[in-house]
Amino acid sequence: MNLTFSLAHLMGGLILLCAFLLLSQRRLAAMITLYQVQALTLSAAAVWQGFAQHEVNLYLTGIITLALKGVLLPIALRQIVLRFNLTRAVESTMPMALSMMLGTGLIGIAVLVVLPSTMSAVSLTREDLAIALSVVLLGLLVMTARRSALAQIIGFLSTENGLVLAAIGMPGMPFVAEFSVALLVLLAFLVVGIFLLRIREHFDTLDITGIEDIERRGR
Amino acid sequence: MLFLLRLIATLLHAAAVFAVAPLLMGAVNKFRAWALGRRGPPFLQPYYELYKHLRKTTLVPETATELFAIWPVAAFLATATAALLVPGFYTGMLTAPTSDFITLIGLLALARAATMLGGLETGFGFGGAAAGREVLFSLFAEAALLVVLLSFVLLAHSITVDGIAVAFATGHIGISVSLGFALAALLAVALTETGRIPTDNPAGHLELAMVHEALTLEYSGRFLLLLQYTAMLRLLLWMDLIGTIFFPFAMAQADSILTWPAGLVLWLIKLGIMAALLPLFEISTAKMRIFRVPEFLGAAMLLGILAGVFLFVAARIGS
Repeated sequence: MNLTFSLAHLMGGLILLCAFLLLSQRRLAAMITLYQVQALTLSAAAVWQGFAQHEVNLYLTGIITLALKGVLLPIALRQIVLRFNLTRAVESTMPMALSMMLGTGLIGIAVLVVLPSTMSAVSLTREDLAIALSVVLLGLLVMTARRSALAQIIGFLSTENGLVLAAIGMPGMPFVAEFSVALLVLLAFLVVGIFLLRIREHFDTLDITGIEDIERRGR
Repeated sequence: MLFLLRLIATLLHAAAVFAVAPLLMGAVNKFRAWALGRRGPPFLQPYYELYKHLRKTTLVPETATELFAIWPVAAFLATATAALLVPGFYTGMLTAPTSDFITLIGLLALARAATMLGGLETGFGFGGAAAGREVLFSLFAEAALLVVLLSFVLLAHSITVDGIAVAFATGHIGISVSLGFALAALLAVALTETGRIPTDNPAGHLELAMVHEALTLEYSGRFLLLLQYTAMLRLLLWMDLIGTIFFPFAMAQADSILTWPAGLVLWLIKLGIMAALLPLFEISTAKMRIFRVPEFLGAAMLLGILAGVFLFVAARIGS
């Protein structure tokens, strides 16, 4: 048990903890704060991995994560909450307890899937991969379990954090890939922002049940 | 000779725990007041209050049964026993083999049951409502504790708090995700059990919202003294438990007298830090609605399960 492993492991665990707590939160402000904490931990993890693997690219990843997801996106999300005058509580499609139990189940599945399929890899990578896959799955669960479009965006962003976590744990991941992912997220955020505006114009709310109704009627 | 030394150590530990408990509560109140920008009561205020209760008449309500007097004593005895079992500043006390985690859970449950029955004793509404809530909370809190225990036992190969502390202090375990999860779960349970802010307001005076305070509403004089002292002991017990399990570094050994002073000082520092962190956490969160608390504790339980899951992962990787 060396320090490199322990710290990387601990930060991965923190990121997973944030993803899990996202599921249990009912307020947008708390969700945004949790996302911010997650992103900050992620940037720290990237820098630490860069230090451990002697990779300059990973430092860059960390800085980009810090600037983009740790600072910029949370500010933008808070601005959206303020501007749109959103109700601060998020409605969920299923009971909280159920979604949390599902989350635990998903983490179990991620662990069970990753471990046998990566038998040959180094143990450091394997456990990190299990954590990263859990974060991805939990983000997807947040997207399904919430009605508000903004909460779904947060779920999406959390999913992307999981992907980056997987990427930084892998030695030899090209920097271009990570950079493009980061850029993609920014673009996706912009697109979704405009999308939110449109939803809001049409339905006066960010609750997407209205859209589902229209879909049902259209068929 | 060694036995004598350990006996002295155990007695000293007992004396320190009983003496420091009100001071700890006073420190928490003082730090809380400071964090809110007030001057706050003096550090020794809890001692004055206990003394005040000692001099007051003890009234027994007309509707109460003969058992009314038993519950505070039972709650105090159970909590005091638990507090003696948890090692504070040295490992290897005489009580070490009996500091079984499940025994602790049982003793805490016993104390809780006694307080709840005391609340129900006079048959007035607030006590009954508070007892009902307490049952609801404890149902989840105990489950969470048991689940967290699983990962401790897997890691430390010991079920006693003392053994866990010794195993964790050696540092073979390192920082692990499981321990982080277990800490989060244990903190949630500790906040609920000691009646701190996200689940209960210790400074509250609205009977409808009170849980721990409402159970003691009908008690006065010496009974109230016992109940309040029990609450202080419980706070110290939980801080001891968390400090001993998660930060057991440089704890003294009971059978080498030279390590005692350092251990004692370190213990006081640990308690001081925790007493400062608790109010900081409290003033930065709001009290939950009663029916959110099971969810909060359910999350704690799931975190405990996650800790176990990751331990199994680590075991299968064979690191």
